[in-house]
Amino acid sequence: MKYVDEYRDGALARDIAGRIREEVLPQKQYHFMEFCGGHTHAIFRYGIPDLLPDNLKMIHGPGCPVCVLPISRLDAAIELAVSHDVILCSYGDMLRVPGSRKRSLLKVKAEGADVRMVYSCMDALRIAAENPQREVVFFAIGFETTTPPTALVIRQARAQGLKNFSVYCNHLLTPAAISNILESPEVRDLGILPLDGFVGPAHVSTVIGSQPYHYFAEEYQKPVVIAGFEPLDMLQAILMLVRQVNQGRAEVENEFSRAVTFQGNLRARAVVADTFELRRSFEWRGLGEVPYSALRIKQEFAEFDAEKRFTVEYRSARENKACECGAILRGVKSPRDCSLFADPCTPENPLGSCMVSSEGACAAYYSYGRYRERTFATDRSHGATVKESAI
Amino acid sequence: MCLAIPVRVEVIQSPDMALVDIGGVRKSINIALVPDVVVGDYVILHVGYALNKIDPQEAQRTLQLFAEVDEVSRQQRLENNP
Ligand code: SF4
Repeated sequence: MKYVDEYRDGALARDIAGRIREEVLPQKQYHFMEFCGGHTHAIFRYGIPDLLPDNLKMIHGPGCPVCVLPISRLDAAIELAVSHDVILCSYGDMLRVPGSRKRSLLKVKAEGADVRMVYSCMDALRIAAENPQREVVFFAIGFETTTPPTALVIRQARAQGLKNFSVYCNHLLTPAAISNILESPEVRDLGILPLDGFVGPAHVSTVIGSQPYHYFAEEYQKPVVIAGFEPLDMLQAILMLVRQVNQGRAEVENEFSRAVTFQGNLRARAVVADTFELRRSFEWRGLGEVPYSALRIKQEFAEFDAEKRFTVEYRSARENKACECGAILRGVKSPRDCSLFADPCTPENPLGSCMVSSEGACAAYYSYGRYRERTFATDRSHGATVKESAI
Repeated sequence: MCLAIPVRVEVIQSPDMALVDIGGVRKSINIALVPDVVVGDYVILHVGYALNKIDPQEAQRTLQLFAEVDEVSRQQRLENNP
């Protein structure tokens, strides 16, 4: 497929990896975080760890919206389908995720609740138009990529005068989470953030542009390279990060310039700004409360806001205390450091957010890295070490 | 979850919708977020919506970057084993 196959050439991948190995300084440790779950998945799927030098580690960030949605919000969606008898429309990724008491959308569907998997929020709108006697709720999750489509259907529902359609909004903001990682207590108290740079999200950046990352480069002196999801994109971005670190630069570079501009998609940003507003705080599974990190529907569209239309209770669900997701998502620990990893925590029975979807750090590691002798970010050497980039 | 794929626009059906080719399969998608798209453009498709256009020149430049790496390592191989 055009714009895909050209970026998967194996020989070229080995060449770029060869350059990375030549250019890393042997006495130095390099720790780069890919924020995006899509990158985590690609890294494992294409065996990129095997191509990287020993002193370069990738740390898997919190960038998977399925993983970071707190259980209480999922419970509320399940409650809508079960107690309020709505037609609940959800992206497929959410269906298997276990909520409290091991309930999932798939399970309650099997028990008779009207849960429908949709590929697009347009399908949810169509279902509402076709079922005027039923309440239809779209369970909206995702980062800046899925937000503009949700904004568009809310506006379309109003234009069509639909009275039975609403959105349960759980949209999240990437830059807020990156700030949270950089400012986490581990970092502030111990000054040990083992991060020398970021691989910036691909598709999120097609919408928000490269501009928001300049703050991180300047404020925290961390290089950022925005990268596409194909293996050559990833490797090239890593090479660009190595070069920045070696040259003492902390800039925003854009490897994914074929789809990302400085400004991003202005029309998408405008429709989002006109439809949503910031929540003061939102709980992320694995990160805890993150200020100004999520969106809710503006008052103007209150009739399409499921949170206003239905009373659903949020009971904060207790997570397993031994789960190390918080530390893993901040780059302080790796999946193997968790005593629950693989037994009993597995993708079938996830005990923490990183195991929930195939884009989570623990799940990716479980599926692709478990049997490897040496996979990157598996040893403890990168955790709690004094930041080397200070030299 | 956030995966999206490049698709080619085949027919503009209305200001908001277009037919695209996804690896040989035709599908109707929403193009309201990229209003200036024309037939033949590639767009990034995510959950039924085009998020942005792909810039062919920038794509070419990125491939060139990879090619430079390739060229450098070829040179080095030649130098090492003349
Ligand atoms: S293995 Fe499971 S319990 Fe342990 S950190 Fe990962 S998700 Fe949490």
